[in-house]
Amino acid sequence: MASTASQPATTSGGDGVSLAQRIIKLLRNPLQVAGLVIVIFLVWTIIQNLTGLAAAGRPLSVERIIRVIIFGLAQGSIYALIALGYTLVYGILSMINFAHSEVFMSGAYIGFFAIHWAEQSGLLYSNTALALLITVTVGMAAAVTIAVLLERIAYRPLRGAPRLVPLITAIGASIALQQIFLRLFGSATRVYPEVNFYVLPQLFRLECETIDGAEICKGMDLINGRYDVQLLGMELQLRPIFFVVFFLAVLMMAILWYIVRRTKIGKAMRAVAEDRKTASLMGINVDRVIVSTFILGAALAGAAGVLFALYNTQVSPFMGFTPGIKAFTAAVIGGIGNIPGAMFGGLFLGVTESLAPTLLGMSSQLEDVIVFGLLILVLIFRPTGIFGEVLSEKKA
Amino acid sequence: MSLLEVHDIHTFYGKIHALKGISIKVEQGQIVTLIGSNGAGKSTTLNTICGITPAAEGKILLDGQDITRVPAHQIVTRGVIQSPEGRKIFMRLTVRENLEMGAFTRNDKAEIARDMDFVFTRLPRLKERIWQLGGTLSGGEQQMLAIGRALMARPRILLLDEPSMGLAPLLVEEIFNIIKGINEQGVTILLVEQNALMALEIANQGYVLQSGEVKLADDADKLLDNDEVRKLYLGEV
Repeated sequence: MASTASQPATTSGGDGVSLAQRIIKLLRNPLQVAGLVIVIFLVWTIIQNLTGLAAAGRPLSVERIIRVIIFGLAQGSIYALIALGYTLVYGILSMINFAHSEVFMSGAYIGFFAIHWAEQSGLLYSNTALALLITVTVGMAAAVTIAVLLERIAYRPLRGAPRLVPLITAIGASIALQQIFLRLFGSATRVYPEVNFYVLPQLFRLECETIDGAEICKGMDLINGRYDVQLLGMELQLRPIFFVVFFLAVLMMAILWYIVRRTKIGKAMRAVAEDRKTASLMGINVDRVIVSTFILGAALAGAAGVLFALYNTQVSPFMGFTPGIKAFTAAVIGGIGNIPGAMFGGLFLGVTESLAPTLLGMSSQLEDVIVFGLLILVLIFRPTGIFGEVLSEKKA
Repeated sequence: MSLLEVHDIHTFYGKIHALKGISIKVEQGQIVTLIGSNGAGKSTTLNTICGITPAAEGKILLDGQDITRVPAHQIVTRGVIQSPEGRKIFMRLTVRENLEMGAFTRNDKAEIARDMDFVFTRLPRLKERIWQLGGTLSGGEQQMLAIGRALMARPRILLLDEPSMGLAPLLVEEIFNIIKGINEQGVTILLVEQNALMALEIANQGYVLQSGEVKLADDADKLLDNDEVRKLYLGEV
C-alpha cells in the first residue's frame, strides 16, 4: 500500500527536478535568455495593443482576425507547397536547392502564357474549368521541365563534390534562370486575366438575374468573388479563392504523403535519403530516384505558382524570390528534410505573417521582419526546427 | 563453368591501391569465404563485384558473362546480391518496407509475397516485428533483417559482409545456422568474415586475403589445418 502510494510521488518529483534543470539549462544559454526576453516582450506588446484598442473603443474584431487567418492559411498553403520542394531535395541530397524559387516562378510565368492563350481563344469564358486545368497543368509541366534540366545540368555532375559546391551552384542557377526569363520575356510585369469561375448555381443563389420571369443564377465565383457572409452573428467578407487554394494545397499534400509512404518509388526515396549506397545495393537506380524527387517538388511548386498568380495576378521573372525565401524559412522552421515539418512550417508561417502585424499593432509592411524574426526565435529554442530532431541527429 | 569468376581485379580508392590483383572462383551451390585481417580488401572485393567501387583492371564473370562494368543497380537484377557490412538496414523504414526494398527490382507481386512468407518462416522473429521501424530492432534482429532483405531479391549468389559483426556468441551461432540453411536451399554464398573459424567450418572453399592480395586459397577444411592460418587467423599460438 505504502509503496504504491509513494511510486507516483517519486516519479512526479523526478519530473519536477528535470523541469527545474531545464529552466537552469535555459538560463545558462544567453541566446535563449535573449529569446525568452523577446517572447515576453512580444506577448506584452500584444496585450498592450489589445487592451489599448479596447480602451480606445475600437477593440480588435473577431471578424478581422478570422479574415486575416483565412488569408494567412491560403498564403501559408503556397509556402507549404514550395517548402516541400526544398525539404524533399534536402532530405535526399542534403543540399538546399536555392533555384527552387525560380521553379515556382517558372510555373506561374509559363502558366501565364497558357491562361493568356485561353483568354485570347475564348476558352477561358466558354469553358473556364478546362482553361484553368490547362493553366495549372502547363504551369506544373513547365516547373517540372525546369527542375529536371536543373538537376541534369547543374547538380548531377556535382554529385560527390563537397557540399558547398552544389549550394553555390544552386544560387548561380537561381540567378541564371531569372536572367533567362528576363531576356526571353522582358522585365515587364504580366497580369493574369480576370477570371470568373462560377460554380454550383443551384446551391449558391448568387448574382441572379430575372430573365422572362425566371430567375437565373450564376453561382459562386471561386476565383474573383468576394461575398459578405453572416455567420454566428458575425459579418464576414470571404473570398472563395482562399479556401480553394487551401483545399487544393491540402489535397496535393495528401497525394504527396501517399506517394512517399505507400508507393514503391516513395519508399525508394526514403531509402535513398537514408543511405544512398545501400539503396543501390537493393537495385534502386539512385539517379532516377533523385530525379523523381525533383519532379515531385517541382510539380507542387508549379501548381503553387499558378494558384499564387490567380489571386496575386502579377507575374515577373523576380516574383519567386520573396515566396521562395519565405518557403525556405518555413521548411527550416518545420525542420528541413521533414515532410510534415514543411507542411506545418508553411501554414504556421503564413498565419503568423498575416496575423502578427494585426495583433502587435504594427504596419503590415513589417511582415517580413516578423517572418525572419520568427525564424530566429524558433532556431534559438529548437535549432533543428520543430519536427527536425531525428534527422539532425543523423546528419549532424 | 563457375558461377562467379573474379580475374585479377585491381581497385583504387583515389590513389590507394586497395585490391592488387584478386582472383576468386565460386562454384554453384558452394559457400566460399574470404578471411583476413582489417584492411585486407575483403569488403572492397565484394563492393567491386557489386559495382559500388568498380574495378580499374581485371574481369568479373557471372556465368561467363562479363559484369565488370555493369552499374551497381543493374548487377542486382542479375542475381548478385550483397548484404553489406554493418547490416545497413534502413532505420526509418519498417521491417516490411525493408524487405520490400530487397525486392525492389522485381514486379511479380504474388511471388514477392511468397518470398516474404518464406523469409518469415526462416526468420520468425522478423514476423513479430513486421510493423516496427528498422532502427528499433536489436543487433541480431537487424542482421536477420539484412539477410532477409537480401533473400527478397532471389539471389543466385549472396555476398555476406561480416554477418557476425558485433553480435553475442549465441547469436553468431544462430546467424551461421541461418546462412547454412540458406545455402542448403540452393543459394550460393560468398562470405566475408572476421570470425575465420566459424566461416571456414561452414565453407567449402576459403581465400585468405592480405593487403589486397590472395595469400592462400584452398579447401576450407585444409585451411583449418594450415599452421599459418591457425596462427594468424584462428588465434592459436
